[in-house]
Amino acid sequence: MSDALIVLKNIGKRYTRGKQQVRIFDHLDMAIPRQDFVAMMGPSGSGKTTLLNLLGGIDKPSEGEIAFEGKRMDDLSEGKLAAFRAANVGFVFQFYNLMPMLTAAQNVELPLLLTKLGPKARRERVQTALTIVNLADRARHKPSELSGGQQQRVAIARAIVSDPKLLLCDEPTGDLDRETADEILGMLQTLNRDLGKTIVMVTHDPEAARFAKRTLHLDKGHFVEKDLNA
Amino acid sequence: MSRTLTQIMAVTSMNLRSIPQRIWTSLSTVIAIGFVTGVLLAFLALANGFAATVSGTGSPDVAVILRKGGDELSSVLTREQTLLMQEAPGIAKSADGKPLMSPELYVVIDGIKKSSQTKANLPLRGLGTLADQVRKGVRISSGRMFRTGTNELVVGRSVSKQFEGFEVGKQIRLASQNWTVVGEFEANGSVFESELWADVAVLQGLYQRGSTVQSVRARLQSPDSLQKVKDFAEADPRIKLDVKSEQAFYAAQSKGMSDVIQYLGWPLAIAMSFGALAGALNTMYASVDARMREIATLRALGFGGLPAFVGTMAESLLLSVVGGLLGALGVYLFFDGLSAATLGGNFTQVVFSMKLSGDLVLQGVILALVIGFVGGFFPAWRAARVPILAAFRAG
Repeated sequence: MSDALIVLKNIGKRYTRGKQQVRIFDHLDMAIPRQDFVAMMGPSGSGKTTLLNLLGGIDKPSEGEIAFEGKRMDDLSEGKLAAFRAANVGFVFQFYNLMPMLTAAQNVELPLLLTKLGPKARRERVQTALTIVNLADRARHKPSELSGGQQQRVAIARAIVSDPKLLLCDEPTGDLDRETADEILGMLQTLNRDLGKTIVMVTHDPEAARFAKRTLHLDKGHFVEKDLNA
Repeated sequence: MSRTLTQIMAVTSMNLRSIPQRIWTSLSTVIAIGFVTGVLLAFLALANGFAATVSGTGSPDVAVILRKGGDELSSVLTREQTLLMQEAPGIAKSADGKPLMSPELYVVIDGIKKSSQTKANLPLRGLGTLADQVRKGVRISSGRMFRTGTNELVVGRSVSKQFEGFEVGKQIRLASQNWTVVGEFEANGSVFESELWADVAVLQGLYQRGSTVQSVRARLQSPDSLQKVKDFAEADPRIKLDVKSEQAFYAAQSKGMSDVIQYLGWPLAIAMSFGALAGALNTMYASVDARMREIATLRALGFGGLPAFVGTMAESLLLSVVGGLLGALGVYLFFDGLSAATLGGNFTQVVFSMKLSGDLVLQGVILALVIGFVGGFFPAWRAARVPILAAFRAG
């Protein structure tokens, strides 16, 4: 486990809904090695997105420990968690979550505003990220002027622009047609293979899961590992 | 620190640029705040205009001499007192050595307002023969000055503008006699422009005042000479009169009424502010709700709560400033310089112009900013503190 990027130990997660407590996980253990590309599947309500939120530090477990590169992150304050996310995690959402009033380049630049980089260095990074996702020529376009696939590519550029180790993708192709979805998934595969990004992707789509190195099935708070390529 | 500033600027810019997406709710808030500011400024412009007219009336080198404790309407000075005051040191002299004094009568007559066709009191002042040398800054703008010993009168510019039947050449009835308006005068926009002037001796006869007058105006050698005249009036037991500078006399008159107008204006504006505040809160909560997914996304990327807070506050303050300035612009366009009339001292009408000033606009904008601040604070707090997952669910 020494090369694991993230390790979850004995994780429990409960929500209070009205007067009822809803238990999502109990004693969940998990390790994600560096440069892994994991697809997480499971029925609705099985806790896939909750797990993704725990990995990304936007939610905290009710019990257990989460360590990122050997350092605990589940006990960090909100401010330190925000800094952790800015430095280590890139998010790709199903509905892209781009800022409609900003251009593609301005959207991609957002995570860099949290770094010490100056305007020139930021511009160069944005240009590089947009080139990686083949959208350098759309830098000045606003999201409304881009197709769904192009918007998701901008979102991927935003996720990788600050060079985080971990990419968390929540149904990244859920809103796209098959051809565009494959294009996006191919891009994630390239980021994993060529740039060494560790990727955790939540999906309902078995075809999407085939692009990952492995698939974890989450059911009733436990993992079942399946090799879809076998 | 600079990174925080960069984040704040980025989020603020996003908020402001997204206002067009919420144009109608934003506009309703701007209008509500503009309306409140406009009402306040209209009142303050009234008070300001009144104060400027009345307090600007008096001259520091003219003394007003009245019975002790009396105002111009209730004061009575005997002929003996008037003659004794002619000996007072510090009073300027005419070219032929006469003291520059004007014994004056002050009576109230009826006028009909052109705007409302209602009756209102107008002051008719009887002037001594040297009055034109006592009062400076008075100019006959049309017609001529009245002749002594005749039933002629001149009217202030505001009187002929606001009241019926006082145009030059018109005849009016006073105490069962016909009088002719022979001229109209200007007095630098002062309260005198709300008066009618005639010969004091004719009015004494007409109103059966014998040889008494109600006040004496005296031109001082200099403003510092006032004390000499006061001391003289105090020292002689036969005189015992109040001596004030004309400036102080009108400043005291103006304060009461302009205070009343101000004290009406502020509470009304504050009461209306609660309505505008509800609008501002509604708009800003709607703004935060509309941006909830953006707020959540930024927070997920690592942005702190402070930029979300400042961005929301900036939007609210911008809307309120725009509203405040629009309110001020409305008052400037529709009310500034507009003639109004109200009861001044001595239960007579004072005609004045509403007067908006930079200082008043500042007061209005400050009120608007207070509405914007309170209206933005709670939604901004929500934007800053909402848990990311809750924000994603709401968005």
